[in-house]
Amino acid sequence: MSRHVLSLLVEDKPGLLTRVAGLFARRGFNIESLAVGSSEVQGLSRITVVVDVEELPLEQVTKQLNKLINVIKIVELEAEQSVLHEHVLVKVKVDAATRPQVLEIVELFRAQVVDVTPEALVIELVAGVQRTAGLLKMLEQYGIRELAQSGLLAMGRGPKSITERIPRS
Amino acid sequence: MSSPTTPLPSAVRPPARAAGGEQHTTRGPEPELITGAEAVVRTLELLGVTDVFGLPGGAILPVYDPLLSAEKLRHILVRHEQGAGHAAEGYAAASGRVGVAIATSGPGATNLVTAIADAYMDSVPMLAITGQVFSTLMGTDAFQEADIVGITMPITKHSFLVKQAADIPTAIASAYHIASTGRPGPVLVDITKDAQQETAPFVWPVKLDLPGYRPIAKVHGKQVQAAAQLLAAAKRPVLYVGGGVVRSRASEELLAVADLTGAPVVTTLMARGAFPDSHPSNLGMPGMHGTVPAVLALQESDLLVSVGARFDDRVTGKASLFAPDAKVVHIDIDPAEIGKIRTAEVPIVGDAKEVLTDLAAAFRDLGAQPAQPYAEWWERLRGLQQQYPLGYTPTTDGLLSPQHVITRIGEISGPEAVYASGVGQHQMWAAQFIKYERPGSWLNSGGAGTMGYAVPAAMGAKVSQPDRVVWAIDGDGCFQMTNQELATCVINDIPIKVAVINNSSLGMVRQWQTLFYDGRYSNTHLNTGHGSARVPDFVKLADAYGALGIRVEREDQVDDAIRLALETNDRPVVIDFVVSADAMVWPMVPQGVSNSGVQYARDHAPSWDDEAPDAGVDPDFLLPAPQGGTEELGAEER
Repeated sequence: MSRHVLSLLVEDKPGLLTRVAGLFARRGFNIESLAVGSSEVQGLSRITVVVDVEELPLEQVTKQLNKLINVIKIVELEAEQSVLHEHVLVKVKVDAATRPQVLEIVELFRAQVVDVTPEALVIELVAGVQRTAGLLKMLEQYGIRELAQSGLLAMGRGPKSITERIPRS
Repeated sequence: MSSPTTPLPSAVRPPARAAGGEQHTTRGPEPELITGAEAVVRTLELLGVTDVFGLPGGAILPVYDPLLSAEKLRHILVRHEQGAGHAAEGYAAASGRVGVAIATSGPGATNLVTAIADAYMDSVPMLAITGQVFSTLMGTDAFQEADIVGITMPITKHSFLVKQAADIPTAIASAYHIASTGRPGPVLVDITKDAQQETAPFVWPVKLDLPGYRPIAKVHGKQVQAAAQLLAAAKRPVLYVGGGVVRSRASEELLAVADLTGAPVVTTLMARGAFPDSHPSNLGMPGMHGTVPAVLALQESDLLVSVGARFDDRVTGKASLFAPDAKVVHIDIDPAEIGKIRTAEVPIVGDAKEVLTDLAAAFRDLGAQPAQPYAEWWERLRGLQQQYPLGYTPTTDGLLSPQHVITRIGEISGPEAVYASGVGQHQMWAAQFIKYERPGSWLNSGGAGTMGYAVPAAMGAKVSQPDRVVWAIDGDGCFQMTNQELATCVINDIPIKVAVINNSSLGMVRQWQTLFYDGRYSNTHLNTGHGSARVPDFVKLADAYGALGIRVEREDQVDDAIRLALETNDRPVVIDFVVSADAMVWPMVPQGVSNSGVQYARDHAPSWDDEAPDAGVDPDFLLPAPQGGTEELGAEER
């Protein structure tokens, strides 16, 4: 199995997410993460989906997705030519003794503390999957109380846009 | 007859042109204020729809009021919504036009689900319109509420949920456009009751805004040339023809390619009629119950030119062992079909009609043709045809041979008739023993395998083709699933003919029990036939519905009964053909084995020259090695 990052440009219509997610489930493709938000074009949303499939089924995935009427465009983003980031919020248990150690880790990973209480810290990191995974691994020993992750967001490097040649209303 | 392609009303042309201000109404510049319900009816009329099948209920009630006074739209009241769905399918499959079914919310809509799934599997252009509860009640488990858009998402080409009257014309026109273009399929429009009741200005033509829908791909010229070259170089090519040729109305173009190249043709279950059975190049149907020549032609081929076919498991047998020496040219309008099961050396995305036209031209351009194309190949195939013609063993219990009955229906009614079948043994026999000469003459549930398809589909076909004889070739099991539509046929003067091939059992399941379950007939006896309680008595049932009921038990009655049915056109006819339950469908490729394991008849497999007789047979499979032995499997067969 191998990971592929797909960027889908879709019409912002009710039920769209169900159509996309349902198609993955129905055809037996595994979604690793999925992130949805608006794009720079009004009425169009962008879905970033990470799938775990071989090359051949990946072609099937994109062909089947392309058949969904509300899907306008699909682009596979190669890791080398793209920015691939995810957003992590993590609540870690601390006390007077462990706080400096945790803060040192936060520093090392260039993360941020966004909430402080005597018993816990909420730490935020926006980074590639390796750095976020590394942070979480280091924090584990202190006790992770809560974890929320955005799923991968991706964008090709350079001046081009995936909405080029898409008519803007 | 219908025109070659569904005529596209100008309103559903791509937006660029539709926006050009073509005037279709004479209503002047001020758009008329009408209810959503009226907009439903008017939109259908403007799209050129002339017949709809449906059944009213609370959430679709507003639409039924303007339907009563509609002048260009005939509504046929069915007795079950599944009947409306299959009728719409039969209407579409026989004519190439879009079939339309209407149902209310909740159970009305869910009763359409089987037909929608069926249309999806067989790429039938169908428009399903359902009522939905008030938008303010949606999500509250309101009376007769069902999320039909959600339920049908995996089995529709697309769907629309409409909550405002103003959106109705665009939604229906878009649905009609999507259903009928590209790879056809069912599209659902779910309309809330408040959207039907409120008023909105009716604007026509509408602008279709479907930026993600690009159904027509430009045919790749280089690929077509590559295909032509492969065809010219091949020693053992086969044109593997699927239902796409029927949907694309590409039979003439196919005939041209077949005649030009001299390549043999096989027509899948969905493609029966796409290429004339009388043509010497037609080897018949491939697949699980295909002819031996068709099955082995695919299997031994060095080049498959697949046109509108999808390498279904019932055709390929064990896919990894299918046509091991063949290169594949795969022509399909749906890019997702190409490479789904089998990698194609030459993929060609496009409409079959267009691609075949280009392919003929490209092949012609190559010039030199041998006087006797593929001579050795034809010698092999002619040999197989001689050795393994389609046939059947006469029954030994004194009851009718179902194959004889079906053969005679086809011979007496002729190729201009339409034949719709249910699913099971009778379906296979109807596909094998009726000779089809034209596309649209054979309707069946191929992909979904929906028992109960025949009667309502025949009804729909008869509505779209009133001048043709329309037969439903049905089984006693299938017939009991949807025979309530006989009432619809009687009341609405739709005189279909129903041949119930009554073997008193779920015959195909029984055949598998004979072959693979030691003759243990678990729950397949239906008690409708010879020597049974006859519940129900199909002749009495026909009579109760006001149809003509005939029972046929002897061979010398068969022709007379068929002729009487053909002469009776003031009401539907039901013939109860009491046939033997022991008749089996042959040839057969058992499930999960290579097509090389095709059995001509029980325990009788073709010779494979030097190939090992059990080549490709899954060792775990329960069938004895397909050789000419005498081993008995099911002791209770007789």
